[in-house]
Amino acid sequence: MTVATPRAFSLQGRNAFYFTLYAIDEFTARIVPEPTLATYEVLLTQPAHIDIIVRTVAMAIAVTLASALIAFPVALYMARYAGPRLKALFYVGILLPMWTSYLVKVYAWRLILAKQGIASWGFEQLGLMGALDRALAVPVVGGPSLASSYLGMFVVFVYMWLPFMILPLAAALERVPNTLLQASADLGATRGQTFRHVVLPLALPGLAAGSIFTFSLTLGDYIIPSVVGAPGYFIGMMVYQQQGTAGNLPLAAAFSVVPIVLIGLYLALARRLGAFDAL
Amino acid sequence: MRSDRRRAPRWERASPFTTACAALGLLFLHVPVWVIALYAFTTEDRTYQFPPPGLTLHWFEVAFARSDIWAAMRLSLMVAAVATLVALALGTLAAFALARSTFRGKDSITLLFVLPIALPGILTGLALLAGIRTLGLEPGFWTIVAGHATFCLVIVYNNVVARLRRIPPSWVEASSDLGARGHQTFLYVLLPQIATALLAGGMLAFALSFDEIIVTLFTAGHERTLPIWFYNELFRPRERPVTNVVAVIVILVTLLPILGAYWLTKPGKEVTSG
Repeated sequence: MTVATPRAFSLQGRNAFYFTLYAIDEFTARIVPEPTLATYEVLLTQPAHIDIIVRTVAMAIAVTLASALIAFPVALYMARYAGPRLKALFYVGILLPMWTSYLVKVYAWRLILAKQGIASWGFEQLGLMGALDRALAVPVVGGPSLASSYLGMFVVFVYMWLPFMILPLAAALERVPNTLLQASADLGATRGQTFRHVVLPLALPGLAAGSIFTFSLTLGDYIIPSVVGAPGYFIGMMVYQQQGTAGNLPLAAAFSVVPIVLIGLYLALARRLGAFDAL
Repeated sequence: MRSDRRRAPRWERASPFTTACAALGLLFLHVPVWVIALYAFTTEDRTYQFPPPGLTLHWFEVAFARSDIWAAMRLSLMVAAVATLVALALGTLAAFALARSTFRGKDSITLLFVLPIALPGILTGLALLAGIRTLGLEPGFWTIVAGHATFCLVIVYNNVVARLRRIPPSWVEASSDLGARGHQTFLYVLLPQIATALLAGGMLAFALSFDEIIVTLFTAGHERTLPIWFYNELFRPRERPVTNVVAVIVILVTLLPILGAYWLTKPGKEVTSG
């Protein structure tokens, strides 16, 4: 198979890009192999398409922020406080779910978030059913159940990409010199002050590196939005649907250029923050 | 554990808040995996009721009797095996070509090798599909293998390159000085050194391929790998508990090679002088 040679790799990339410059003939539904920007016009002028892009990017940003928030204490603990044994346990404990079958994890979350599933059972046991109902009643993010709301989808995304945030963050935190923390404590800083002024700035490259993963993985995913969550489309689903049932390969290709451009911008930003020093 | 009686200074201790959050975070990562294991044994087959009303082994029996599962399983295993072999051959060649030489454009070639796992799967998938259609190929077994080989190759390549960097160049020089030909040096000096890296890379590649869905959906045509079977079952479930059983099997088939690879590449395990 020639696909595995570098030249063929670049061929693939070029192919996908060429297709964005073609358009589909509306009457015959066939691809017209002449360069045109019509497909990009369709992509960027239809309000429904803009909605999809905004929705996906908003989800990617929310997921990135939440992952950073949850990952930080885990990474901090394993990098700085855990002894060698506990640290190894943490690493295995993070790698194991990370390497567990992707589909199986998505499926598990569907079971958990279903109407009578474990999530609602847990909320009931804790006497928090009212809080869950109120969260689900919030317009846009809510829905009839966790499994069919953006809130549920958000939880699944955070779960799936969390290890990709923890690992680079822990790598960055491990490199914070002890002497700096000691000096900060000696100079009378409280824990909170040391965290804000010493630890957090030094962890920024790790955060940036992790966020590249969470951001780009959310942008490209099309399985999770189609299994869990409200019916609104995401970029990945649009690519999959347009190339499949709709048969509009040029529009699918144009949609797939959106994450490439966004990730490119994001990488440029992250490079400025020094994210690549922590990979 | 510290043995001295002095308490660690404040900057060396975690606040209770950090400790609690870390424990909860780790727990969050593990709950879904245990849930699946539990649901494979439930007696309830209509809803996702929790806790399960009873436990049974019945669904394993049902799953083993289903021919569609066996067919999907066989296809997945075959795809994974062939893709891994292709990746082992090409990945090793690429690693040897790029590990020690420097030439113009080396960086961009390295980038091209790593791209298939850096790009979102949907892009790789769509690009492959566009390529397949342009070449006029019929999607099927070999297009799935080709798609999987793109990212399996990266895994093998990375493992072998990392190992080659740790082999002192003097060993190869010594071998040549003693009159060994190229293939003899490879067979008797380099291959024993990279063997565990190859094994580990191969196992990882196998597990990745066995589990891959995003690229596969684009390249599979009418073929049904186990993940595609699983994916269909998510939308049109026939017997939910059977899906749970398959989930447990998939977890085992992917995790065992990965744990094996982890163990093989653990620091301190690789270089055996002898």
